[in-house]
Amino acid sequence: MLRKHLMVLAGVAVLTAGCGGGNDNLTFGNPDPTSTPTETPTPAATSTPTSVTAAAVVANYADILYANYNAAIAGAEALHDAVDAFVEAPSQTTLDAAKAAWIASRPAYQQSEFARFYNGPIDDPETGPEGLINAWPLDENYIDSVDGAPTSGIINDPANLPVIDEDTLAEANEAGGEANIATGYHAIEFLLWGQDQSTTGPGNRPFTDYVTDGGGTAANQERRGEYLQAVAHLLIDHLQEVADQWAPGNPNNYRAAFLALDTDEALGRILTGLGTLSAGELGGERLSVAFETRDQEDEHSCFSDNTRDDLANDGVGIQNAYLGRYGAIDGPGIDELVRQADPALDATLQAQLAASVAALQAIPQPLDQALQGADDSPGRVAIQTAITDLFTQADSISSAAEALGVSTGTPE
Amino acid sequence: MLGAAVGVWTGSASAQVCGDADGSGSVTLTDGVRALRAAAGLSDGCETSTCDIDGSGSVGVSDGVRVLRAAAGLEPNLACPGLTPDPLSGGATTVFDTTVNAFGQAAANQPFAERPDFFTGNALFNRNWVTAPSSTVGSDGLGPIFNAASCSACHFKDGRGRPPVPPEEAFESLLVRLSVPGDNPIEGTVAEPNYGRQLGHRAVLGVAPEGRPRLDYDERPGTYGDGMPFSLRAPRLTIDGLAYGPLAAETLFSVRVAQQMIGLGLIAAIDESTLVAREDPGDADGDGISGRANRVWDLRLGAPVIGRFGWKANAPTIEQQGSGAFVGDIGITSPLFLDQDCTSVETACANAPNGGEPEVDQLKIDLVTFYVTLLAVPARRAIDDPVARHGEGLFVSAGCTGCHVSTLVTGELPGFPAVSHQTIHPYTDVLLHDMGPDLADGRPDFLATGSEWRTPPLWGLGLVPTVNDHLFLLHDGRARGFAEAILWHGGEATAAREAFRTMSAEDRAALVRFLETL
Repeated sequence: MLRKHLMVLAGVAVLTAGCGGGNDNLTFGNPDPTSTPTETPTPAATSTPTSVTAAAVVANYADILYANYNAAIAGAEALHDAVDAFVEAPSQTTLDAAKAAWIASRPAYQQSEFARFYNGPIDDPETGPEGLINAWPLDENYIDSVDGAPTSGIINDPANLPVIDEDTLAEANEAGGEANIATGYHAIEFLLWGQDQSTTGPGNRPFTDYVTDGGGTAANQERRGEYLQAVAHLLIDHLQEVADQWAPGNPNNYRAAFLALDTDEALGRILTGLGTLSAGELGGERLSVAFETRDQEDEHSCFSDNTRDDLANDGVGIQNAYLGRYGAIDGPGIDELVRQADPALDATLQAQLAASVAALQAIPQPLDQALQGADDSPGRVAIQTAITDLFTQADSISSAAEALGVSTGTPE
Repeated sequence: MLGAAVGVWTGSASAQVCGDADGSGSVTLTDGVRALRAAAGLSDGCETSTCDIDGSGSVGVSDGVRVLRAAAGLEPNLACPGLTPDPLSGGATTVFDTTVNAFGQAAANQPFAERPDFFTGNALFNRNWVTAPSSTVGSDGLGPIFNAASCSACHFKDGRGRPPVPPEEAFESLLVRLSVPGDNPIEGTVAEPNYGRQLGHRAVLGVAPEGRPRLDYDERPGTYGDGMPFSLRAPRLTIDGLAYGPLAAETLFSVRVAQQMIGLGLIAAIDESTLVAREDPGDADGDGISGRANRVWDLRLGAPVIGRFGWKANAPTIEQQGSGAFVGDIGITSPLFLDQDCTSVETACANAPNGGEPEVDQLKIDLVTFYVTLLAVPARRAIDDPVARHGEGLFVSAGCTGCHVSTLVTGELPGFPAVSHQTIHPYTDVLLHDMGPDLADGRPDFLATGSEWRTPPLWGLGLVPTVNDHLFLLHDGRARGFAEAILWHGGEATAAREAFRTMSAEDRAALVRFLETL
């Protein structure tokens, strides 16, 4: 029932997408004791009777995350179907449908990223598939030909890699270690859009790159189609692995262990994820680098120009996790615990979460163009505002951890 | 070892100096006399907490002699188990994080306003470089021949690399340096003609990796003084699948694991004069320890300076060390290293597209350097643990602090006030020491001989298992924990090693416990 509802949600959901890095260890903490919140505390938007327990909040966190991953799987399944339809009958119509399915698949996954950075199922150093799902930058040249390297990539190397399927790609990733990650959302994005050679719009790969009747463009069209289908399928498998770890009713999965933790420990992990995603990942990795270096295409969904919405959905995910809600679920959230300890802090943090989402959404599209120009140009001002908001909010998340008496940082 | 004769514990309101009987702030002859008076039971001597250096529970004649030796500059770094140790290993930069992120924190005293630069540097440190050409022009240029695609692939969580377990696993966070005998005053070593300066065991599509390194081990049994057996594992390097012809017959090899990244800015901030003061190349003081600084080429200055970083202290600055790793390990050229390490027989390497000239620009190098300079040292833990405190006394009495110097004061590092003028506890003198034939790699580097190594800092080592899920120590990760690492010590450290080997099991455990709290 829930699953069905969420599939609908993913189908209509508003656009957004992005990509994540590999070995992130970005952390927050050590807030400057001399800094003060810039937001004026306002009364909490929602008021709930007190005495929500930490255990209830932790359990609700697991519930919303499981729902969120299932929504991501639904989106990936729809994407897979669209990719199959495109490869079987390449046309502008089927390509556009596949692109639309990719765009529609992004919000749910991006919103789930609040569960990273504490070595949970998504990015456990040994078993977490994050790098296979959302790795960025993408080694596009390892996958297919690119401008300046017309014969590069696995697709154009039938001599060494005669068969392209899920097994081949899994093996190719392992062969290069971290080096050659060739799967996930951004691999699919690259195969659908192609390189973004435009300063004003996204990539524009012709559907004929997949036409196999002799009238196609680029070489190895059939292998390109096989590659695309294989990565679309792998994406579902990898998301399913993570969702399974959060599924209720399994005494041996991560969820069971997580719910059995001391609640201080569990809350510490939750807040570590929220704070690190805010400051280190979004503010630092995804925005500050591009802002400081002004590298065009130094952005996560660079083929589709969808980066801004990717980022905003990460912000929405943080907000969801704090408020204890996702889709139809609206349960006991961290907000209620913080409110019990420090109502003003909760009000501040709620305002900051809303402000950072708004600031991310206010960045002019496409991001790679907004980065250019003088520091007082609207694009750069908007990006700077978002960075500042994300750092400020991370400090408040640190303060929330203190107010709850839990320590952030990943457990030993 | 000549040098300042103090064992200062600072950072607390009641900073006390071990051996400083009269509270003058430093250890003088007067203090030595007073310690001896205390040993004789005279009431105007010295408090037990201040002068019980060997942790026996009272001030004895041997303690008095040590204070006298310290006053004469012969025994640096007196440590009293009775004095509360300073948890602030990195001075005001110290962070209190005992989690898997313990090595990834910014200096605690770093200004709020500089945080975006720190995060940006961190992001670049974690970034996976990709094959050129690519849409992400700012992040392409991987290889063509390389060891890893990002800094963090080897320095995972800013931490420490390890050898493969099991041996057939690919090298992930260690590499093999190559050279042939000869002098090169700029690079320190002479590149192997077919393979260059290090073995690149990975390559982009279309370029052959240079070869597959593998480490196997021979167990080497030994016995503690109390009869308890131990076994050390001696590594054997083999390289299969050499793709570019034979290695020169006289090739020198050195296997190196990635080091944890903490406290590097503090090491950079130590005045040259502080390091030079600790040199004793002729062992003038007769303690069997003859440290000397490496002198290496500073590419930016165009002049030789003291080496501080790397297993043989062969890099002078964080920028040069990092830029060297960019080109050597990832295949990313930079303003300091404009050329790839493609040899004359590696034509596919030389002809492969690059990701710009250079591939990483000065702005990004500066950001990564900024980040690395400010990575903080975690605080010492369990400072009240009596076993660790006992172990600390043993660490001193065994002579370990002859090289693993507990306390130094940093000077001014321009542009980095956070790491400047800090009292730190790095447990290193940053000098080269002969560690004997068993640890030797036989591969000289600038002034460092084939058996000399830089004293590695010990701060934070106790958290490596938390951050990196292992405790493989020494330059090639051969030691499976602290005890084995100590037992591998030879050369100038022979006496200290023997002191450890002949301790009671309880004392050995206490000394290891002390190291675990760093």
